[in-house]
Amino acid sequence: MIKLRNNENEALEGLLFDGMTIMAGGFGLCGIPEHLTIALHDSGVKDITVISNNCGIDGFGLGILLETRQIKKMISSYVGENKMFEQQYMSGELELEFCPQGTLAERCRAGGAGIPGFYTKTGVGTVIAEGKEHKEFNGETYIMETGLVADLSLVKAYKSDPEGNLVYRKTARNFNPVMATAGKVTVAEVEEQVNLGDLDPDNIHTPGIYVDRFIVGKDYQKRIEITTTREHTA
Amino acid sequence: MPWSREEIAQRAAQELEDGFYVNLGIGIPTLVANYIPEDVHVTLESENGMLGMGPFPYPDEVDSDLINAGKQTISELPQSSYFSSADSFAMIRGGHIDLAILGAMQVSQNGDLANWMIPGKMIKGMGGAMDLVAGVNKVVVIMDHTAKDDSPKFLNACDLPLTGSGVADLLITNLGVFDFQDQRPILIELAPEVSLEEITEKTQAEFTVCPKLGRHLHTQ
Repeated sequence: MIKLRNNENEALEGLLFDGMTIMAGGFGLCGIPEHLTIALHDSGVKDITVISNNCGIDGFGLGILLETRQIKKMISSYVGENKMFEQQYMSGELELEFCPQGTLAERCRAGGAGIPGFYTKTGVGTVIAEGKEHKEFNGETYIMETGLVADLSLVKAYKSDPEGNLVYRKTARNFNPVMATAGKVTVAEVEEQVNLGDLDPDNIHTPGIYVDRFIVGKDYQKRIEITTTREHTA
Repeated sequence: MPWSREEIAQRAAQELEDGFYVNLGIGIPTLVANYIPEDVHVTLESENGMLGMGPFPYPDEVDSDLINAGKQTISELPQSSYFSSADSFAMIRGGHIDLAILGAMQVSQNGDLANWMIPGKMIKGMGGAMDLVAGVNKVVVIMDHTAKDDSPKFLNACDLPLTGSGVADLLITNLGVFDFQDQRPILIELAPEVSLEEITEKTQAEFTVCPKLGRHLHTQ
């Protein structure tokens, strides 16, 4: 089966439906599937529940799906840096489920591994714990969190071989590997396709079993939110 | 004179021990990296998936694939490693990180911490803060002692939504330092020229005073 598709629209063909749940990798604007997000935007699919650590910024990343009101609900740990998000949330147009970042990562990991729930100390004694099962282990209180799966996971990697074995680069890895495991269908976009055998089998981050389709994205913007530098000292 | 932001960061840096793996939050905690004592080797963790975080890059080294949890560009070190968010929070929640230093909007006398939202005003989210305060061995909280309108921020009970309950181990403000023992704060240091009367007046939380209460001596 050939996993490579010609472009982002082809990569999503037949996979989209209104009311679906979509996971999108990335942290801030780092390691986000920027081309596949544009394809989602152009498809017009609506009432989406998006599981992603952030929601892009105004006009870029997942932010473009807010402009067209395609997102019904977000499950995220951090939504700052996005005015439209705040507006839509405050006006009640957009549902938001806050999920602590580590809990979010673990919920994806668990979902992808067939684990429906787990216990964690994170959030005990906070609003996050409200309505959740509490259980004591060795004298400490934990809350139950559920595993997450999505109808579709969109991830961004650095390189892929034709089998969909993925390698990420630096901190652009973030949520991508766990989300790749938790999609009923996973579509990846990569900067470069390499030949079979060019990736070191000992250093593959996402084995191809998790990747159903992928594209090679062109003209990546890979925007930076905050550029901080230091001076060269003489 | 109350401590400046830099002096608070300097004081917090004294909590670093050789061999520590440390997570620094956004804001003043980030400045702590500038004051790591030379004879102390610490490894900085960034919860978006990196150990061995280096300083800001030189302008010609800026890399959009290399940012910290505050979304600022950073650099890597020879000992750096990268991993997924799930691995990152396994480190944090599994108790493998020795120390976290993070900012706060309010702290209560039993060590509750609030730093992620103001209902009706600010919704940003907790990011990794709830995981950090729940999982890291020692939690150092840094904040201004009072709000802009001079109202106290070190309270009997937080009125903002909590990030964690009974999680603070040490509180460093611009006026002094409180050590939490069994979820009870003890004032252990005063900033220069800050009196016990002043800090008491500006604190709503009940605290005890360490018999050996000392003034912070500036060590440059």
